[in-house]
Amino acid sequence: MRSRARTVLTTAAAFVLLVAAWELAKLVLPAAGVTVGGVRLLPRTDDAAMPHVWTVLAKLGAPEVAGAADPRSIGVAVASGALFTLGLALGGLVLGGIGGVLLALLMQRFALAERAVLPYVIASQTVPLIAIAPLVAGWGGKIAIAGWAWQPWASVMVIASYLAFFPISVGMLRGLSSPPKADVELFHSMASGWWTTLLRLRLPASVPHLVPAVRLAAAAAVVGAIVAEISTGTRGGIGRLIIEYAQSATGDPSQMYAAILGAAVLGLVAAGAVGLLDLGLRRYRGTVS
Amino acid sequence: MTAVSLSGVDKSFGEVRALDGIELTLGDGEFVSLIGPSGCGKSTLLRVVADLEQPTAGTVEVAGKSAHRARLDQEYGIAFQQSGLLEWRTVAENVELPLQVHGMARAERRARAAELLELVGLADFAGSRPSQLSGGMQQRVAIARALAPSPRLLLMDEPFGALDEMTRERMQAELLRIAGESGAAVLFVTHSIPEAVVLSDRVVVMSPRPGRITEIVDGRRPRPGEATDLAPDDVEDVRESGAFFSAITAVREALRKGDAV
Ligand SMILES: Nc1ncnc2c1ncn2[C@@H]1O[C@H](COP(=O)(O)OP(=O)(O)OP(=O)(O)O)[C@@H](O)[C@H]1O
Ligand SMILES: [Mg+2]
Repeated sequence: MRSRARTVLTTAAAFVLLVAAWELAKLVLPAAGVTVGGVRLLPRTDDAAMPHVWTVLAKLGAPEVAGAADPRSIGVAVASGALFTLGLALGGLVLGGIGGVLLALLMQRFALAERAVLPYVIASQTVPLIAIAPLVAGWGGKIAIAGWAWQPWASVMVIASYLAFFPISVGMLRGLSSPPKADVELFHSMASGWWTTLLRLRLPASVPHLVPAVRLAAAAAVVGAIVAEISTGTRGGIGRLIIEYAQSATGDPSQMYAAILGAAVLGLVAAGAVGLLDLGLRRYRGTVS
Repeated sequence: MTAVSLSGVDKSFGEVRALDGIELTLGDGEFVSLIGPSGCGKSTLLRVVADLEQPTAGTVEVAGKSAHRARLDQEYGIAFQQSGLLEWRTVAENVELPLQVHGMARAERRARAAELLELVGLADFAGSRPSQLSGGMQQRVAIARALAPSPRLLLMDEPFGALDEMTRERMQAELLRIAGESGAAVLFVTHSIPEAVVLSDRVVVMSPRPGRITEIVDGRRPRPGEATDLAPDDVEDVRESGAFFSAITAVREALRKGDAV
């Protein structure tokens, strides 16, 4: 419990440090940046490139479209965009998690499956996301499942799940095969079948491997969802917002930074969700910690 | 009835002949130790009885059934040098494990685990985690777990090998009491001659390459209520009796003879 409080404190401290470093850079570095012989070594630090932290925070309260009849503040727009993306990322995490766990079980059960499938699992991750995104969107557009027409956000979720799936399948496989031979033999000597051994030995023993894998997968799902939103042109999420703000606000980057701040908070919330999972399973963390 | 009967058992791992023509019978409630130099096939013999290893030749019967059938019926319990307790389970839940695997109802399991923890003197630790217990206590939990399904036979591979001498002697006394109360036969692998002598009805001496039984020496297991001058019923008295030392000498000579061939 105490270590958990410490994690929260260090996270907060790191955030404060980051803000301080940002402001310090603005204070001491030349506004035009540092160039040596035409090569830029340090970026420009003037307000147009690096706005003050408080300018960004203040921007959250400003209306999104100046002079609109029913103005929505940028903060609300960013929050709803982040929430939308968080939903897709978590959906992708769940989908990828289910797929990864099932595949790991298959590989654990049948050594042949492991040898046949594992190389493809690894190879799948070398295909760049940018190449996958239009493919998924293209295929998805042709599918209608039981009268439900494919929506662009579904492509985003599928792409997020594709990224989340990898760490979970690999981590789960490691976890499932982590019990020492003596433990496996003990279960065998008790005439325990595959299913009972899975439930009473392999699954509990895989928790210490699974939790860090889910943490990686959650981060991958968030990044995947944001990039997928951008490359499929899906509206409503934080990814699209970053692009829109970046294009609309030339000369005033604080709006874009507000959206980036939203994306960062989104990542923290996803990590926090995994922390809750960790808390719920702490009984199984056992000897590894 | 016999608890174990092995006849003509061979076991080879490729070129290595781990067991060669093993003939051995354990009566109900009998305590038999296996002793011999490293690599002579003691663990292999135990594993063949446990159906964890298939013999290359010969027949193995446990409680009058094939070793396979006996394993499925949980006719034996097993304990290794490492207690092998599951850290995510409490002490009581570890003891319940074999019963849970066999689908016994929860209330019944609970009651049986409480009874066994009483037997091994750990009733106060039912809710503890294994890591909170000393090595000797963990080993007692493992013994309780092995005894949970009331097996006819207990298989133990150097269960006290990792314990200090004092704890070890206390555990030997405990084991004798537990084995006596449960009525289970015990097949016990050890490297310690005094341990084999003080625990056993018979000490089986083995020699390596190929793994054979070279001699069987009578042990000095105390029999409660049957005390004579030659065979006291208290372990401490046994350890100081002349018969104990002569049995140790007999085992040591058998080991030396086995080494020479
Ligand atoms: N799975 C296996 N594969 C190949 N060889 C094995 C295997 N198990 C045991 N052996 C060999 O069989 C022989 C007997 O091994 P075993 O483990 O039964 O000896 P042991 O008497 O228990 O020795 P120790 O006292 O060191 O525990 C050894 O030569 C060992 O190398
Ligand atoms: Mg051995």
